[in-house]
Amino acid sequence: MTKIDAKIPDGNLAEKWTKFKSSVPLVNPSNKRSLEIIVVGSGLAGASAAASLAELGYKVKVFCFQDSPRRAHSIAAQGGINAAKNYQNDGDSVYRLFYDTIKGGDYRAREANVHRLAEVSGSIIDQCVAQGVPFAREYGGLLSNRSFGGTQVQRTFYAAGQTGQQLLLGAYSALQRQVGMGNVQLFTRHEMLDVVTIDGKARGIIARDSVSGALERHFGHAVLLCTGGYGNVFYLSTNAMGSNVTAAWKAHKKGAFFANPCYTQIHPTCIPVSGDHQSKLTLMSESLRNDGRIWVPKKENDTRKANEIPEDERDYYLERRYPAFGNLVPRDIASRAAKERCDAGFGVGSSKMAVYLDYAAAIIRYGKGEANKHNMHSPTDEEIQSMGKAVVKEKYGNLFDMYKQITGEDPYEVPMRIYPAVHYTMGGLWVDYNLMTTVPGLYALGEANFSDHGANRLGASALMQGLADGYFVIPYTIGAYLAAEIRTPSMSTDSEDFVKAEKAVRDRLETLMNIKGSKPVDYFHKRLGKIMWDECGMARSEKGLKASIKEIQALQKEFWSDVKIPGEIDNLNPELEKAGRVADFLELGELMCIDALDRNESCGGHFRVEYQTEDGEALRDDDKFAYVAAWEYEKQSSFKLHKEELKYENIKIAQRSYK
Amino acid sequence: MEGHLNLTLKIWRQKNTQTAGKFETYQVSGISTDMSFLEMIDVLNNRLIEEGDDPVAFDHDCREGICGMCSMYINGRPHGPNRGVTTCQLHMRSFKDGETITVEPWRASAFPVIKDLVVNRSAFDRIIAAGGFISVNTGNAQDANNLPINKDNADDAFAAAACIGCGACVAACKNASAMLFTSAKISQLALLPQGQIEAATRAQAMVAQMDEEGFGACSNTGACEAECPKGISIENIARMNREYFSATFSSK
Repeated sequence: MTKIDAKIPDGNLAEKWTKFKSSVPLVNPSNKRSLEIIVVGSGLAGASAAASLAELGYKVKVFCFQDSPRRAHSIAAQGGINAAKNYQNDGDSVYRLFYDTIKGGDYRAREANVHRLAEVSGSIIDQCVAQGVPFAREYGGLLSNRSFGGTQVQRTFYAAGQTGQQLLLGAYSALQRQVGMGNVQLFTRHEMLDVVTIDGKARGIIARDSVSGALERHFGHAVLLCTGGYGNVFYLSTNAMGSNVTAAWKAHKKGAFFANPCYTQIHPTCIPVSGDHQSKLTLMSESLRNDGRIWVPKKENDTRKANEIPEDERDYYLERRYPAFGNLVPRDIASRAAKERCDAGFGVGSSKMAVYLDYAAAIIRYGKGEANKHNMHSPTDEEIQSMGKAVVKEKYGNLFDMYKQITGEDPYEVPMRIYPAVHYTMGGLWVDYNLMTTVPGLYALGEANFSDHGANRLGASALMQGLADGYFVIPYTIGAYLAAEIRTPSMSTDSEDFVKAEKAVRDRLETLMNIKGSKPVDYFHKRLGKIMWDECGMARSEKGLKASIKEIQALQKEFWSDVKIPGEIDNLNPELEKAGRVADFLELGELMCIDALDRNESCGGHFRVEYQTEDGEALRDDDKFAYVAAWEYEKQSSFKLHKEELKYENIKIAQRSYK
Repeated sequence: MEGHLNLTLKIWRQKNTQTAGKFETYQVSGISTDMSFLEMIDVLNNRLIEEGDDPVAFDHDCREGICGMCSMYINGRPHGPNRGVTTCQLHMRSFKDGETITVEPWRASAFPVIKDLVVNRSAFDRIIAAGGFISVNTGNAQDANNLPINKDNADDAFAAAACIGCGACVAACKNASAMLFTSAKISQLALLPQGQIEAATRAQAMVAQMDEEGFGACSNTGACEAECPKGISIENIARMNREYFSATFSSK
């Protein structure tokens, strides 16, 4: 039986990483040249890891399903990236970033990993600026910061509402530099369909070339999964259409434990669903909560237009309930508060499942500020409006444009309508301090692992974690494994293990093609998404989860007997790709419900209606549930729970309060 | 307000790179004006699947206008009739009931068609690999605020860096030139002090790769700027030319 060992170094929290770095075994440069590393996924974690490892001299292969590594969904991250630089002199520190992240995660993350994340956060900003990432700057030429939820300092670095894009293009440039130098081999439009293990160690992958349909075998001394999160199990989410769990799920079925699968982040500020045709949801960055105020009418079923509702008839419910953090409470809290108001009948818009995010006050405040700056002593209202709008445009212009494109409404004139949507998954493959899964030689980085965010991720921390893992953690921790692999020569991919793995992949693809049922893949995906959203979304109950597990099992059977996949197996076939992904989501969805049912408490993004305080806040049970739930795959619909106890030696575990 | 449209679609169908393609005509009805263009194609595709036909292959991923993957040439314009949007952000409220809409892939010899509306844009990756970076290994950097950068330059660099690499500029150009794409990266890095050390070699290497990929010369018509979903300015091409010529004249 695999045992869980997090391999957390001994010593004081603040010294663990330093001591680890000075004592981890090294691989000498000539040996690095003969060690091969496979990186699956080319987002922030994958691109930064691949570039950094290639710079060190390892032979790297990168795989992505998109047509270019630059398309990975990190590109869509909007608001910013946290770092404990304390450039604003407002009391920030490594310890405070560490503390905020543990508290924000509702005391369900591992202390040592989070502290390391906070320690390396500053170096990420340095590295990105050196690469030419154009962060926002002040007139003095220095970097600008803003605030995000769950913090009381300004530590978020940003590039308008396109921070993820700029950071990813920085990592992509570094990656392409290594491609040009011949240190990285790039495989685009390739999807990993299995991990190959030999004598218990990860030794390669089976990938499908999506254009030709050919299956390929690739050897690696180590395999890094940087394949993102699984929010698309809900069908509608802010993830890209192609984002999927397949690589992580295949790894799970080959022995990698899956940790805290039920921890899902529902982001409070997304554009509401407009109809059944909807294929995805669009996020409006959390940075908008810096300046925007969230409200609903005080009157139930108020049908007046937003601008017709006077100030004293508006309920700024976040400011009312959480005066200390106001509109900048963490995401899980803001989402539940929006759901509470809408369920109680105070929602707005035609669906009544939306709340307002209002910029009117910010426009006036900024307009007056500009007037002062330009020595205008009695500006007209029009001048204030126009100058205020210009400032808002500079800060959030692309987000406002996007809102207008999608809804046809102008958010400079009327408040935006927003509602929570699935955004990020804190759960993922279980990894130890070295980011290695329970399969030796198989690593998980970025959103694909579970490690740093506990039960709720703070805004602007995903970019930080992806790049920390890729630039500054894996280049060190992988040495602990590869130093013992220098005598392992490259293996032939003609061995029985590779041949067998490829055959299993081919058989599954052929089985899918041969079902020749009556319903397209989307039909099943939508049904799964509805079950997950209704019963394993913002509010979960024992009864609902038990029923969903049965429903999902029935849906799995229906899928495998009635899905209809057109086209050919040996040609570009997007429906076949989708079918494989949805088949894996159907199994993951079941495990998420099992995990949610097993965790008889509420924490962060996991809210069980049976466990709440009198005023509707999440009620943790630290005596029974201060552990990471790591699930081992046994067979279809059968998973075994392993517990990694969470020890808080540096932070006093407490009721999370933002009031 | 939501309305519903009946449309005729003329869509380019091509089995693979080797075979010739042709237009096929489809009717779709009851299309909500709130749908995005790609959601309208989703509706068509699910119908084709149910009828036993091969759905239309097209590239798409983020569906929020930032990944650069979607790439449809709609009624003779890259990303369709609206300015400053990608195909995924184009909504059906921009079309009229009864309209005929023609949909083609990007047309450029450097972007061969893979299937239907899907083209191969890996030439762009190779142009970046030739020099679209600053040579700084992980761990080499100094403190970020040790290098103050004039805000105007930083803002201009950001504006150039907003390029999503979709290839609309190439599709819009009668010469299928990739100058707007290439110049955006050259400009971004040339505008920043960190990027100036390699500015000359970068411009030469990227332009050489661009030519080798088979992209054409600048047509000077400005179609690229007009059709760019991210509003990348044609001034970047002027800056690239300055960088390139000064590099060429001063080369050793």
